[in-house]
Amino acid sequence: MKRGMVIGCAVGGFILLIILILVIWGISSYNNLVTLNETVNQSWSQVQNQYQRRADLIPNLVNTVQGYANFERGVLIDVTEARAKVSQMNITPEVLNDPQAFQKFQQLQGQLTGALSRLLATVENYPDLKANENFLQLQAQLEGTENRIAVERRRFNETVQSYNTTIKRFPTSIFAAVFGFQQKQYFQSVPGAETPPKVQF
Amino acid sequence: MKKILLFLIFISAAYSQPQVPQLKYWANDFTNTLTQGQLNSLNTKLKSFQDSTSNQVVYLMINTLNDYPLEYYSMDVAEKNKIGTKEHDNGVLFLVVKNDRKMRIEVGYGLEGALPDALSSSIIRNEISPYFRAGQYYEGVEAGLNAIISAIKGEYTAKKDEPRRKNKSPFAIILMIIFFIIIFFFRGGRRGLGSFIFYGGMGGFSGSSGYRGSSGGGFGGFSGGGGSFGGGGASGGW
Repeated sequence: MKRGMVIGCAVGGFILLIILILVIWGISSYNNLVTLNETVNQSWSQVQNQYQRRADLIPNLVNTVQGYANFERGVLIDVTEARAKVSQMNITPEVLNDPQAFQKFQQLQGQLTGALSRLLATVENYPDLKANENFLQLQAQLEGTENRIAVERRRFNETVQSYNTTIKRFPTSIFAAVFGFQQKQYFQSVPGAETPPKVQF
Repeated sequence: MKKILLFLIFISAAYSQPQVPQLKYWANDFTNTLTQGQLNSLNTKLKSFQDSTSNQVVYLMINTLNDYPLEYYSMDVAEKNKIGTKEHDNGVLFLVVKNDRKMRIEVGYGLEGALPDALSSSIIRNEISPYFRAGQYYEGVEAGLNAIISAIKGEYTAKKDEPRRKNKSPFAIILMIIFFIIIFFFRGGRRGLGSFIFYGGMGGFSGSSGYRGSSGGGFGGFSGGGGSFGGGGASGGW
């Protein structure tokens, strides 16, 4: 009888110990996932800051260019419309878990990038405008912003990579599934968009 | 850090990236365009500027990028050398790629206000390019560095030891004492683990203070202070 109790206690203690280890392990995995998740969100907000900065520059740019007589209106309208579409899209960190919304975001920003580079290419035909100091400054700001966007996208992809790797690796994958951590989306490089815009003087 | 390295490896595979040097001076010329005397004079200027303002301005001239993107390379150099201090991110890299006829001013996070993209671009177009077009490299570099220096002069000042002393409030000191007591007990209790933590902590300390020690040296004493960059600045050519 006494011996049975000792064995029972030992087994019970052993099970308790295993549960304790699992709980501690789970907590530390969970905390690690939360940290990684926050890192991704933070780098995502950096990406968005830079996109916002670009959108904010556009009205000024359009105004400056508009002042030049017979500047091709179609190019300006494209830029303005692409900017309006980008601004309409409501972006929350949940976008990162939704492949379709993320694709849409990338597509809209890509259209704006395209419209802007067409605008800058068109300016080549207007020597006066190209020499205008105000325009040159706006152009420098725009190029700087495009470069910042490229940098932040790179960093964002790095953080997503480390997050995705962690939630897919065994045994953390079990805790990730239990706590509902989902895989996040990467930026795909659009052909021609991975290199920052070239400057011509 | 590991991630950045991995990324660099990935990029180098894709583009055959030119080598990213570990810079030892403020003024670096891998093209033998400037004379030793000219380099010394630039070094002195940039070193004394760092000593008085804590801003780190670094000049680098290389031959070619082999079609590797200029903006990627200058970011790689800036990040590898950690130009600027960790607390202010106040570093500037002025990169000239001689045979490609390209240049870039890469501006650290903390100086983006004092040296915005438009100003960097204007310095490149109006101060540097005219000299470079005439083949006067030293004059162009000097004019460019002077313009950069005068733009960021007022942004930060070198506070040597005062801010560190100020940061040590009584609370922080008490925390430190408690920390050391805990470590002491740890060492007494479980020798192996305790000493591991203790030495681990010491390693971290000496790592972060390395920059201060070497900044007092003479020439060749450049070492980055841990500044970070976000892609600010401007590119140009001549």
